[in-house]
Amino acid sequence: MARVLIERRIDWYGIFFAALLTLVIVFPLIVVGTWAFTNVWRFPSVIPQEFGIKYWQMTLARADVWSSITLSLSLSTVVTLLSALICLPAAYAFARLDFPGRNILFFSFLAGHAFPKFGLLVAIAGIFLQLNLIGTFWGVVLIQLVGTLLFMIWIPVAAFQAVDRRMEEAARDVGASPMRVFWSITLPQAGPTIAAAILLSFVGTFYETEGAWLIGAPQIRTLPVLMISFINNQPVIQFGAVLSVLLWVPSFIALLFARRVISSGSFARGFGA
Amino acid sequence: MSVLDINNVTKRFSTTTAVDEFNLTVGDGELVCLLGPSGSGKSTLLRMIGGFETPTSGHVTIDGEDVTRVPPEKRPTGMVFQSHALWTHMNVFKNLAFGLKLRRLPEAEIRRKVEAVLELVGLGGFGHRATNQLSGGQQQRVALARSLVLEPKILLLDEPFASLDQHLRERLREEVRDIQQRLKITTLFVTHGQDEALSMADRIVVMRDGRMEQVAAPDVLYREPQTPFVAGFIGTMNLIEGNVSGGQFSRAGFSQPLPIADGPAVLAVRPEALSIQPSSNVDGPRIHRVTDYGAHAIIDLELPDGFRLKATVRDARAWTNVRAATLTPQAFAAYRDNAVVYRSGTSA
Repeated sequence: MARVLIERRIDWYGIFFAALLTLVIVFPLIVVGTWAFTNVWRFPSVIPQEFGIKYWQMTLARADVWSSITLSLSLSTVVTLLSALICLPAAYAFARLDFPGRNILFFSFLAGHAFPKFGLLVAIAGIFLQLNLIGTFWGVVLIQLVGTLLFMIWIPVAAFQAVDRRMEEAARDVGASPMRVFWSITLPQAGPTIAAAILLSFVGTFYETEGAWLIGAPQIRTLPVLMISFINNQPVIQFGAVLSVLLWVPSFIALLFARRVISSGSFARGFGA
Repeated sequence: MSVLDINNVTKRFSTTTAVDEFNLTVGDGELVCLLGPSGSGKSTLLRMIGGFETPTSGHVTIDGEDVTRVPPEKRPTGMVFQSHALWTHMNVFKNLAFGLKLRRLPEAEIRRKVEAVLELVGLGGFGHRATNQLSGGQQQRVALARSLVLEPKILLLDEPFASLDQHLRERLREEVRDIQQRLKITTLFVTHGQDEALSMADRIVVMRDGRMEQVAAPDVLYREPQTPFVAGFIGTMNLIEGNVSGGQFSRAGFSQPLPIADGPAVLAVRPEALSIQPSSNVDGPRIHRVTDYGAHAIIDLELPDGFRLKATVRDARAWTNVRAATLTPQAFAAYRDNAVVYRSGTSA
């Protein structure tokens, strides 16, 4: 038997960047996570003097926390559903139909993201004020809908374009109506990538703060908005820490879900890779 | 009993005419090949029969019923695509059952039909497989089965073997021909490979620029091509452009008696019909290269003006040291203005 010696080079650069990334991403998470389960932690101690869930009890005992959790969840669900309802047919049209102004309309969805968002939001807030939408649930839904348009149009467009036209023609050939072809062939083929887009817009909406705060305040307070006001107004760090740990829950669930539904290539395909 | 009738069909896209006043009748149980270079309109014609394109003018009828404007899902046609176009989110069984389910057949009958057709294409027991677990040839068989299971009146095949390797192509060719003859299904087959057309078809339609150049049985097409294009497209053919003067065709160092009126003409001779004798006259046709294939050899000849011809000989060794030759066409055809004006012998 021939023995082959393979010299394994140690990739020092790779290790360095991996370590750096870990430090930058994980370290703040550890600090916040630690704060959430700390009763007493005074300078200059490196480790908290007293661990505990005292602040969890205090936070979860607050009515405004619970109402903002339900509000955030229902807001994100409504926005994502509406967005899918509006954007998926539009994306299909962009992908498959040729109509005047197609390209300009397609790129117009970038406009909302190409300029400082706050200026745009203030202008919209002015209009909403006249329409009596400020401080209402549906006002926030509308403003957050704008934020999801880019993902929910661009990614599904790429997904629909990636579906082989011959597959659709073969389905017509065996007797499927155009509607049936869409439901049985096009949508399942584009499905995983569209699921990725829906997930992105759900999570994006859940964490959105600028629009929710500007349009919703003070009556409508989502979980992230509440967290910001806790951090700004309370001298106690733990309230903010507990809330931000709470905020990880939906994105963690979303990630678990994403791993099952979405193959690793779907996101990349959605972005045209 | 299914007859396909294509009547004066024209398809114009914005700037080009893909199919130009095309007429063809495909008889019951007949397999007709549409053969032509890419861009000759053969695929467009097939797509019009399948319902994926609408003719600009003209009519398509199946068993006397006009289907020109009937959408594909309502036509009694079954199409097999070049890229097989299997639905990758369904397994083999579901791919085949989809069309039957749309026809609301009972579950047991669907199961029976799918298994029977899988058996027919040699894939019995493959129903549970995912489409990406199949080889290229198996995928194409499933695509064929998907069309056959619905028992279409007309089977349409759009270069179904183009993405397969040579060996597999030859095998599938025979299989498809066997199945077609067993089911006696009227079939239209698009290909740009002449081997495929010659070995499978009852009749071949040679297409060029959206028009029919010639339609004939394979043996007739090979031996009696009606135009220089068909002559050059089917098999290997020496197409010698020259001039006729006083009953003599000539071109740089080569001449041949040809009893037609004076003027330009194209002489078509198959390599196997061009007999050659060694010669010492190096001002005439010269031997450029001898390629030995064992059973026969191909000799490349060059006329003094640089024009190249091919001739087939039995034994390469007799020609290794020969530098020039005289040419005698045993069978040939002469064309003028795109039509046959003279034919001698049957093999050209």
